[in-house]
Amino acid sequence: MTESSGQPALIEVENIGKSYGSVLALRDVSTVVNAGEVTCVLGDNGAGKSTLIKILSGVHRHDSGQFFVNGTLMTFNSPRDALDAGIATVHQDLAVVPLMSVWRNFFLGSEPTVGFGPLQRLDRRNGRRIARESLADMGIDLRDVEQPVGTLSGGERQCVAIARAIHFGAKVLILDEPTAALGVKQSGVVLRYVAQARDRGLGVVLITHNPRHAYPVGNRFLVLKRGQSLGSYEKSEISIEELTRQMAGGAELEALEHELREVAE
Amino acid sequence: MTTVDVSTDERLARSSLVNRLVVRPEIGALLGAIVVFLFFSVVTDKFLTMGGIATWLDDSATLGIMAVAVALLMIGGEFDLSAGVMTGSTALVTAMLATKAGMNIWLAILVSLVFALGVGALNGWLVVRTGLPSFIVTLGTFLALQGLNLGITRLVTNSVQVSGMRRAGGYESSGFVFASWFDIGDTAFRISIIWWIAFAALAAWVLLRTKFGNWIFAVGGAAPSARAVGVPVARTKILLFMTTAAAGWLVGTINILRYTTAQANEGIGLEFQYIIAAVIGGCLLTGGFGSAVGAAIGALIFGMARQGIVFANWNSDWFMLFLGIMLLGAVLVNNTFRRRAERVRR
Repeated sequence: MTESSGQPALIEVENIGKSYGSVLALRDVSTVVNAGEVTCVLGDNGAGKSTLIKILSGVHRHDSGQFFVNGTLMTFNSPRDALDAGIATVHQDLAVVPLMSVWRNFFLGSEPTVGFGPLQRLDRRNGRRIARESLADMGIDLRDVEQPVGTLSGGERQCVAIARAIHFGAKVLILDEPTAALGVKQSGVVLRYVAQARDRGLGVVLITHNPRHAYPVGNRFLVLKRGQSLGSYEKSEISIEELTRQMAGGAELEALEHELREVAE
Repeated sequence: MTTVDVSTDERLARSSLVNRLVVRPEIGALLGAIVVFLFFSVVTDKFLTMGGIATWLDDSATLGIMAVAVALLMIGGEFDLSAGVMTGSTALVTAMLATKAGMNIWLAILVSLVFALGVGALNGWLVVRTGLPSFIVTLGTFLALQGLNLGITRLVTNSVQVSGMRRAGGYESSGFVFASWFDIGDTAFRISIIWWIAFAALAAWVLLRTKFGNWIFAVGGAAPSARAVGVPVARTKILLFMTTAAAGWLVGTINILRYTTAQANEGIGLEFQYIIAAVIGGCLLTGGFGSAVGAAIGALIFGMARQGIVFANWNSDWFMLFLGIMLLGAVLVNNTFRRRAERVRR
């Protein structure tokens, strides 16, 4: 076990692997997620990023290797188990319901209630207030939390999902390609939320295929290729150029560039 | 996604009363109901009399109970084509147990409820388990129940109806609860109207004010998202199917105690009327959006138009034309309103 400042890591995986039938989706991957740090998982399509986060978030079970949460060996059976262990995942589709209001989305699945038995009902006043305040803490000021989430911009929707995870006591936040569908400006906004979550002491797992998004906020970079780890680097150990090269497949990319130049000529 | 300028002033300026009303799913139905009401009030003499009102409210009531339950299910993203025939099946179960097995009517009603909940749970379980469209699954249940209704009735009674409820024990008290009259002024109104209003109010409360209501919108709007944040999607859907079945039982019970005879083909073909009323009331066919009150108003439009055409001495054939136009109009209006609801920033 690697220890950071005497505390066990929030998440540590050692030589973890997963296969779907005869397909080895992930092999011998190791990394660590510490409180107040961002671990970036980089890789091209099909590199095994999704499989890794599905294991971390309890959607799938790993077949080999070890998975520690706060230093204890764990196996999750459902996303609920992961949530109970403080690991919240913000999926690519954000797990929001577009036609439902912002505050109803915020509390979906964990609604605040008042009253008992058959008279139990939503605590709408507190729900709206908490949703508004939590979003304001993240720097989004909504006039009306009754508006459908579908009316928000992509970055704002990310923010709702992140704020929701933080409010419900997440210690680890897994963000699956949060900038994939966003423009340059919105991506910057989302990365700022990532940094804010980190500065609040959360461990963040940021999945992306864009090294320029990962490098500024990341502390540690795990590069995956075809289900295998190309290495897990501390920020001091790797430059952005090297990270980009590794991710794109280094030599292969150079060959491709050469080819393209020939085509152009 | 439209890119909207995030300026606070702009958001405030657009938050008008009209925008607030327009995002309510039932607004189209409400306007439609007012138009239909005014039209028949002017065109016919009898429509606005107390007797007339009692007639069209009664026609709306049993349809309304079903439309509200079907609306909840549609908001939850599913259909139940067996809802119509369920009103017949439950009536038959009650009637046979009371007249042929000599059971007290109250007990027969209770057994019938258990039967309805069982069929509803089966519908729901099949849908969530197989992932097949509920349209097909409940079409199967619909046909199966239709066959059972006719087959068993013929086996037991050698005819296609079960009668003789009046002689069964508990007829007076159960009839009082499900099929009696109450007076306003000197006009008698059917108790079914109270059931309708109470059921619609309860459904609206559950939908908008409770955790379960939140889940209904979520499973219909985006089931994978709902599952990802811990909403019990399967349980919610199964309970919704059980709710439509239970509503079918309520209407079946009201009918059997009112007419004292159950026809084996009762309720067949009504399932689409429920869906039409729910759609007129603002439910999206794709789920995730709609209103229980809207569905009740949709049923009211139905009842007013059906009886209004009778009062006007027109041929009732025209009702279907009216229905078709009303449905198309409602879908177009709903579509526009929903787009606005998604777009309007407040």
